[in-house]
Amino acid sequence: MTNRNETRIALAKEIISRAEKAGAKIAEAVVKDGAEMSVKVRQGETELVEEAAPKGAGLRVIINQRSAVTYTNDTTDGGLDALVDDAIELAKLSQPDEFAEPPDASSLAKTFPELDLCDEEARDFSAEKAIQWALEGEKAALGFDERITNSEGATFGRTIGGTALVTSGGFCGSYDSSYYSLVVNPIAEVEGEKMQVGFYWDAKRFLSDMQGAEDVGKEAARRTLEKLGAQKVPTCEAPVIFDPDTGRALLSALMQCLSGSAIYRRSSYLLESENEVIASDIVNIVDNPLIPRAPGSRPFDGEGLPSKNNTIVENGVLKTFLLDTYSARKLGKKSTANASRGLGSSPSVSPTNFHLLPTDTSPEEIIRGTEKGLYVTSMMGFGFNPVTGDFSRGAEGFWIEEGKKTTPVGEITISLNFKDLWKRIDGVGSDLVTRTAIATPTFRVSEMTIAGS
Amino acid sequence: MYDEQILKRAGRGVDMGVGIRVLRGDATGYAYVEDLTPEAMLRAAKTAGAIANAGGANTSAELVSVHLPRRYELDSLSLLSSGEAKRALLERADRAARAYDSRIERVEASFVEQVREIVIATSDGRFIHDRQPLLRFNVSAIAEDGENRQGGRSGGGGRVNLDFFTLQGQKPEDHGREAARIAISMLHAEEAPAGDFPVVLAPGDSGILLHEAVGHGLEADFNRKGTSNYSGKIGESVASGLVTVIDDPSYAHARGSINTDDEGNDAKASTLIENGKLVGYLHDRLSAKHYKTESFNGRRESFRDAPMPRMTNTMMLGGPHSPEEIIENTKKGIYAKRFSGGQVNITNGDFVFSLTEAYLIEDGKITAPLKGVNLIGNGPEAMGTVDMLGSDVEISNGIWTCGKDGQSVPVGVGCPTIRVGSITVGGTKIGG
Repeated sequence: MTNRNETRIALAKEIISRAEKAGAKIAEAVVKDGAEMSVKVRQGETELVEEAAPKGAGLRVIINQRSAVTYTNDTTDGGLDALVDDAIELAKLSQPDEFAEPPDASSLAKTFPELDLCDEEARDFSAEKAIQWALEGEKAALGFDERITNSEGATFGRTIGGTALVTSGGFCGSYDSSYYSLVVNPIAEVEGEKMQVGFYWDAKRFLSDMQGAEDVGKEAARRTLEKLGAQKVPTCEAPVIFDPDTGRALLSALMQCLSGSAIYRRSSYLLESENEVIASDIVNIVDNPLIPRAPGSRPFDGEGLPSKNNTIVENGVLKTFLLDTYSARKLGKKSTANASRGLGSSPSVSPTNFHLLPTDTSPEEIIRGTEKGLYVTSMMGFGFNPVTGDFSRGAEGFWIEEGKKTTPVGEITISLNFKDLWKRIDGVGSDLVTRTAIATPTFRVSEMTIAGS
Repeated sequence: MYDEQILKRAGRGVDMGVGIRVLRGDATGYAYVEDLTPEAMLRAAKTAGAIANAGGANTSAELVSVHLPRRYELDSLSLLSSGEAKRALLERADRAARAYDSRIERVEASFVEQVREIVIATSDGRFIHDRQPLLRFNVSAIAEDGENRQGGRSGGGGRVNLDFFTLQGQKPEDHGREAARIAISMLHAEEAPAGDFPVVLAPGDSGILLHEAVGHGLEADFNRKGTSNYSGKIGESVASGLVTVIDDPSYAHARGSINTDDEGNDAKASTLIENGKLVGYLHDRLSAKHYKTESFNGRRESFRDAPMPRMTNTMMLGGPHSPEEIIENTKKGIYAKRFSGGQVNITNGDFVFSLTEAYLIEDGKITAPLKGVNLIGNGPEAMGTVDMLGSDVEISNGIWTCGKDGQSVPVGVGCPTIRVGSITVGGTKIGG
């Protein structure tokens, strides 16, 4: 273990020891620190350089089944006293909840998998280098085509930091992770049409895994140009293909409904759906925190349980909800080790690497096999109701005729209730890219309502 | 967090730090630290200053304290009221929601408060201290009848203390009942039609449409860079002649009100659109320098962020019609009452809004509740088709938070009843 991990753990242990002395039998402390840097360039000039060193500590105590959570970024002696005193005081205000207990001590992780989450070189990665990356990305976009007339700029970010969790139940763990990202936002304009902004980005834990800045810039330009001349289409029902970016948004919305917390709070359209068919038989979804270098990987969950690979949907059948200890107890089940926790909050259910698994079908084949339909490249708005599954969002993309992408489409909405949407998936592509924790390949829904002119 | 008739969790947190910004031309160096020792602060200042290394000598004026207006002065902060008093508010809301109808299955209520103490010192000599209280109360209810399940929400707040909950319509019971009412009324909501329709926007909350579809496009950073669909359009007609839009930080105790912006300038009202004509943008220091005007809309989420042009309370002023005659004059359309949120593409002006409470208008009457309604359109186009405007201006109930570039700031929105001639409604029912 590195010195950084030891320092974080020492602080967390100090907080636990103070909380125990103050009368908390159950206490859990989280300590986080990091170094962040972000630069933005626009039209070849540096516009913003930001550097920061955030840090903080969070505490949860449970006294006679009463919970309280406090956090602070004041880690001086007085700051820690206030952190503990406030938690003890607030626990008296909460009311007893028999389900509020940490996981059983015997289930806690004792050893940790090596997941290769931290590029140590990120510590010395300078603002000058970041500016170079951003400049190169923007330049590639601006030089790609004369219709790229302007730019919202390019941003490069680098984060490195760590998290420690120590609990009175005997868990003690800490790990470092790093993250680099580059996003390029070109603007395209031609006389007589709406100006369009587009983007493309990449993000990886290791710099050596990043796509080159030039590739990111060119792809951003290509995607922006594609939007020019977007038209509404007439209101109709048609097949809709989601690219990996928009597919991810649908999978995120589904994830919300698969969270044990949404289930016991009756805020999901998937109540009592375990072992039921919720999607077509080509839909397989896993949550896997153990993929080396992946963005959603973690060696243990927010309650100290060992990370494990969970099958969520198998051939369209829902196998399990995502559970933390609290929601598992409420539902009479076992945690799937899907707890995560921020500094100032109790553990809550969250996914790790949550993937719709790819098939052998190429995305081109899916397009070729669509006689008439919509190919969606971006969505807007927040039109999803997890309680009912109603889904309706603004969309942009292309119209497909005879298996080919034709004119760009915009200012329309696509709608279908999730109960039907996932069952109507009749094509899943091979193109799963894991630059995000929640990820899907291209997929097709056989029919949705498209509202346009 | 009050859930299943118990206060499950109480929490408290402390966040403090200093952010240092150095400007040179259009470039910004920014650094923050959470360690308030002189050494750490000096290190941050040097990091932020690195961007200005090439510049010449800098002068800084002597700091002079600035007197601020008092738009949200309170006898005592809610932070100092007892935890039991706050728990009691949640219990009252929960009881009222459950008592509303036996089909109410679940109720959750939450109370969140913060006090933001800010000190701003600028190299042009301004020294400012402001204390910004903020409180938000929320109730959500779920109704089930064996066949359908629906949720409803109600909430309120602002730069207020617990006295707020004695106001008409703001009692915890009022919010509990309102959340329950929406959940129950949506239980048998019909599928919304798909296609272009006239839309009547209810007063108050509908201001979010204005905020998103127009307000963001008028933030001067986008216009300075030529990336907004409103770029270069000052003096041009961008809305129907009925439309006048202002941004006003001075409403007493409103969620979006501020005494000072986060760059140390006196926060003032400004007119953005006057009788349909674009007359001004919202500025921060950087954009004001470019446009050779004054700035007072530079806002930021916290010491962790550099400021940028942001809205405060964005309002559409009233018009000549009564709300009743607007509805009576609508043969077929949508009545939009409550929004869950919206998003806009600044560059092409396209927007999308999701409604949590909406009704059909048939032959001049509000009829069936609708579910899953989305409105999609284009800011200038939609504003151009505003053909009736009510006299009933309301400010929303202190619930909105605006996100831009990852920074959240509290805002207010407001408007009268508005009829927009045509917006695309994203429903599921075709030909309805």
